Amino acid sequence: MAEVQGPVHVEAEVVATKRIGGYRHLTLTAPGVPERFRAGNFVAVTVEGHVARRALWVHRVRASSSFGPTLDVVVESRGAGTAWLAAQPVGTRLALTGPLGRPFALPKDAVSCLLVGEGYAAAPLFPLAERLRERGCGVSLVVSAPDEARLLAALEARRSARSVTVITADGSVGQRGTVADHVDDLLRRSDADVVYAAGPTAVLRAAAGAAERAGAWSQVAVEVPTPCGTGLCHGCPLPVVGEDGVDRVVRACADGPVVRGDRVRWGAV
Amino acid sequence: MSAFDLGPVMVAAGCGGTGRELAAYCGPDGLDGLDLVTRSITLDARAGGPGPRIEEVPGGLVNAVGLPNPGLEHFLATELPWLVRAGARVIVSIAGATMGEYADLARRLSRAPGVAGLEVNVGAPDEVGVGLFEVREPYHSASVIAAVRREFPVDRPVLAKLRPDVSRIVEGARSCHEAGATAVVVGNAVPAAFTDGRSGGLSGPAVAPVALRCVTEVHRALPELPVIGCGGVHDVRSANAYLDAGATSVQVGTALLHDPTTVARLRAHFATPRHVSTQEDR
Repeated sequence: MAEVQGPVHVEAEVVATKRIGGYRHLTLTAPGVPERFRAGNFVAVTVEGHVARRALWVHRVRASSSFGPTLDVVVESRGAGTAWLAAQPVGTRLALTGPLGRPFALPKDAVSCLLVGEGYAAAPLFPLAERLRERGCGVSLVVSAPDEARLLAALEARRSARSVTVITADGSVGQRGTVADHVDDLLRRSDADVVYAAGPTAVLRAAAGAAERAGAWSQVAVEVPTPCGTGLCHGCPLPVVGEDGVDRVVRACADGPVVRGDRVRWGAV
Repeated sequence: MSAFDLGPVMVAAGCGGTGRELAAYCGPDGLDGLDLVTRSITLDARAGGPGPRIEEVPGGLVNAVGLPNPGLEHFLATELPWLVRAGARVIVSIAGATMGEYADLARRLSRAPGVAGLEVNVGAPDEVGVGLFEVREPYHSASVIAAVRREFPVDRPVLAKLRPDVSRIVEGARSCHEAGATAVVVGNAVPAAFTDGRSGGLSGPAVAPVALRCVTEVHRALPELPVIGCGGVHDVRSANAYLDAGATSVQVGTALLHDPTTVARLRAHFATPRHVSTQEDR
């Protein structure tokens, strides 16, 4: 695909919709967006009758399909807006802006990487795993969830990952516990130089902490509500320490969602 | 430059990011020729308030963002030159805790190349909460405007942005006009509360009828004073409502958070110098 930059605001169309566990996966056409997408980017969509937009993680991008290039987003019904989105049938048209935010940075060399995600927010790790594999990086994937219904399908990731570990809080599948319980051990076993994390704050904090203890780099995709998604409203504050050592509050959408794990002031999030 | 030279469609303070983020949605010319009011700049950097800063309500957003900005120094060194290079006509929104701060801001901005005008934020919905100079009475805003006007060249506009409080708006507009404001921006977030009780301001389509009433009253009482309508503008129809009520321009704010292309679309529609409302627009 040709190298194109910057987000676009387009009319997307739902071309497939599928319930997987507790989530709804929508496949969308959105002219220009799949071509520009990099792992870690997200999209913002308009929900009928709502002023604020809904930010969605991209789980998969297909360069071609019978509908042309498409992207799959994961929707968790958490309120009126996401419930409306999850209920949209094939053929629904949505105003969509994307790809938004800073993507994951990829290592130059073929190093080992540990990818840690929880719930639907683990989605950006799947396209990341594919990119890493293309670069010859060894990928160890850890997918966690409160229960089996909220576990983002890890099966398809077996193509790109050399190992897949599943953790559920209730032990319904895989190891019982939380990411924080297991991440140091998993990092040691994977011998990874880079840790990538996506999910709720507790997971990101645990992954960033483990990376720091092991002397590895970490990048985390933060999950905070973004009223506009585009950087215009300053409504998604993320407390960080700048490269110059000065405390700052940046915008999670425009200055993130991917930031270095050791730069986040976790106690202030 | 008088207020009448301002384009019919402007970007409202606090809704255009740093300007860079908006450029992607403004077509091939980007920000060229766009009248852009910056987010409010203060002398010192401000981190802004804690989250959640924005809550969605029917027809709008309640917000308490807390005026995050990098401070005047950093703005002058980085953001302003970028905006000027991009061709934007930059109206810098300023906010201060004292009249002295407003005067300092105006003086230093008067020397910065590319500042087309100032907008003085004298109607924030929660000025006490964010530590701004408190404007309860018209003479408070008038004294701020006078302090700014003394420090800023007369050939460049000073806009006074007022709270859309219909019982006080005409007095407030008159005082600012007499104190030297080139025009008044009528409409700002309406004082409101989050569901958890914190103070904030309501903006979006829900406040349009409130601001429209204020614009109508100000234009009727002070027909010689240019009025810029601000509040809930999101399409041709809502913009025309303000222009028909006597506003010379409109500012687009919250609509950009919903659809970042709004300002480009409205600018294209109002590109002709004199707009004519047709039945189709309504």
